[in-house]
Amino acid sequence: MSEKVLMKGNEAIAEAAIMAGCRHYFGYPITPQTEIAAYMAKRMPKIDGVFLQAESEIAAINMVIGVAATGKRVMTSSSSPGISLKSEGLSYLAGCDLPALVVNVQRGGPGLGGIQPSQSDYWQATKASGHGDFRRIVLAPASVQEMVSLTFKGFDLADKYRMTSMLLADGTIGQMMEPVSLDMGEVTQYDKSWALTGTGRQRKPNIVNSLFLKPEELEQTNFERYDRYAQIEKNEVMYEEYMMDDAEYCVVAFGIASRVSKNVINEARKKGIKVGLIRPITLWPFPKDALLKAADKCKAFVSVELSMGQMIDDIELSIRCKKPVLLCNRVGGMIPTPQDVMNAVEEAVKIGG
Amino acid sequence: MVVFKKPDSLTNAELSFCPGCTHGIITRLVAEAIDELGIQGTTIGVAPVGCSVMAYNFFDVDMAQAAHGRAPAVATGIKRSDPNNIVFTYQGDGDLAAIGTAETVHAAARGENITVIFVNNAIYGMTGGQMAPTSLPGMVTQTSPYGRDTEKVGLPVKVCELLSNVDGATYLERVAVNSVPNINKAKKAIYKAFKNQVEGKGFSLVEVLSTCPTNWGLPPAKALEWLGENMIPYYPLGVYKDKYAGEEAAK
Amino acid sequence: MSFSKQVLIAGFGGQGVLFTGKFIAYNGLFEEREVSWLPSYGPEARGGTSNCSVIVSDDPIGSPIVMNPDILIAMNLPSLDKFEDAVVPGGKIFIDSSLIERKVERDDVDVYYIPATQIASDEKLSGSANMILLGNVLKNTDLMPYENVSKVMEKLVPAKRKNLIEINEKAIELGYNF
Repeated sequence: MSEKVLMKGNEAIAEAAIMAGCRHYFGYPITPQTEIAAYMAKRMPKIDGVFLQAESEIAAINMVIGVAATGKRVMTSSSSPGISLKSEGLSYLAGCDLPALVVNVQRGGPGLGGIQPSQSDYWQATKASGHGDFRRIVLAPASVQEMVSLTFKGFDLADKYRMTSMLLADGTIGQMMEPVSLDMGEVTQYDKSWALTGTGRQRKPNIVNSLFLKPEELEQTNFERYDRYAQIEKNEVMYEEYMMDDAEYCVVAFGIASRVSKNVINEARKKGIKVGLIRPITLWPFPKDALLKAADKCKAFVSVELSMGQMIDDIELSIRCKKPVLLCNRVGGMIPTPQDVMNAVEEAVKIGG
Repeated sequence: MVVFKKPDSLTNAELSFCPGCTHGIITRLVAEAIDELGIQGTTIGVAPVGCSVMAYNFFDVDMAQAAHGRAPAVATGIKRSDPNNIVFTYQGDGDLAAIGTAETVHAAARGENITVIFVNNAIYGMTGGQMAPTSLPGMVTQTSPYGRDTEKVGLPVKVCELLSNVDGATYLERVAVNSVPNINKAKKAIYKAFKNQVEGKGFSLVEVLSTCPTNWGLPPAKALEWLGENMIPYYPLGVYKDKYAGEEAAK
Repeated sequence: MSFSKQVLIAGFGGQGVLFTGKFIAYNGLFEEREVSWLPSYGPEARGGTSNCSVIVSDDPIGSPIVMNPDILIAMNLPSLDKFEDAVVPGGKIFIDSSLIERKVERDDVDVYYIPATQIASDEKLSGSANMILLGNVLKNTDLMPYENVSKVMEKLVPAKRKNLIEINEKAIELGYNF
């Protein structure tokens, strides 16, 4: 195990990406994630990598498409308004079955919004990230250490399933420093015989394309893609359970909201309230089974979010509305206080009985 | 002795262009340049959105298909991934000069070592003949049914003239494919635009004035005449920039 | 009882708020404790008011946001106004009394008034008021042992800026002995 170092969340993403073998970064400045670009600008030239500040978010994601098409690991990062601009490219990445890592260090919206932390791009990340039928692996780090491990994991899953992984962080985790170990082990190599490397006049041309004018063909590509998605839903769900063994009430939260929630759970336990936490680490695939199982023994759920209530839909669907789900939320860059969460837990106890 | 054959860099796929359209000539000229430079095995092309959207089926090289206007950005990624490969885009006027203006100008500004083939036929062909950024003043299209009214929608974008002010660009030439002599000149320009890249000279763009008989509503031969009489006067042919011209002349 | 300290440092951008926080965080790292450091960010961190949450603990850290600090270092009046009431009862407040004229109104906290900016100016250590305050924190709390100062400084300030290391260490010493 390597020595721990203190790193900012954003810088930890950048260093982990380099360790994962990413040598191409394209981006455009936007708060609160610009440290990633700055870090890459410093590091990439020293390791024969490419850092390029694009003329727009749109250009950046298309440069990502170009490198991904050649079979190399590549990433871009941005914050909420910039991710909206990348939507077109995200759909093309899916349509072309290209692996890439996209980081969204979320800020408050809609529109230009603010620059303080938010989780209000949950829907955009997990459901409405561009036109067409497609999914994306969405990873939600709750610590600087997870910024490292999930960046590493994100590249791996992207290659494994030939699709985009998104690291969905928030301004708090991006800006904070914590001790991290950068020891992530070996990078797994995957077959990329589909990549554009030049035929060398030795093989048939490879084509990276999302256009299928025959409906039967387009339907088939969608079916095949969703077969892969089904495998991911089966094999790649990640979540953390905290004090769930005897829990009668269940808080569901990810990212910074889960950290505030843990403090509250510790306090509530002192008061004799049997409450636990399920923290989704993959937002897609969502830990449906764990939640459904929890619905058997828990009397009520609390969704703690930095949004007007987005993940709460997935919780209700997962537990098939068997138990009440309360929303505890702050928005616009505000973070639920421990008191906010405690009030919600106590409300859940009242409702759940 | 074979005196005329299909270039190796073209596949056997049937071109999807309308009868009489000059896209086919330009596609062939690109393939000939790739053959003659012996770069088929290292060339990667980027297809646009427009009439040449299916260019990935025509060229016998690795190909990517880009979103509308984004080909220069995709090409940038491909080129930066392995600068030893020869990367080209093949784009129309709507793709390059409207929705993709930013990508075009900035690829040029960066001096990206790629080759851009820009086919200007003054109309959106694939979608059925709407006004393009390069449609001529007064030109009747589906979305300018009373003729392009420059008072209301402004004047055409002259891409070579525009890019000639971008310091990063290396080579810009406007050619036409309306006559045999002009086709020969177009061939030389396209060859040079690829050769520049092989020699690491930077951003080369060839603007090719082309016809659209279907949407211009003209028989192919008349379309060639219309191009000569209307487009060439507005878009003068010639070299707009050649950073290494002096050097080559000295040789 | 296990060690756990929540520290809030607040002042103007440019007063070294973030650096002071990093100093405390690095010491926590050396002592193999759990550590978190969270700055306020954005335009306000570039010249306006700036604050920084640091938590050092033997137990895993939940929220990195310090709502109720054990230790508050207030380097300007708006910071004291904003955070005075947030300090836990029995907590400690360290004040740059060169820049904050008023006294703390609460009587359930320990308050230390250090004219840090004045001392820095007198001793030609301008820009080091933050380190002077930190020195005094070291003396009056068990946040970190004084012996660790050199080791942490070495980690935080590049060796080629030896001059800066000396200035900072002198400032901490002055604050410690104030």
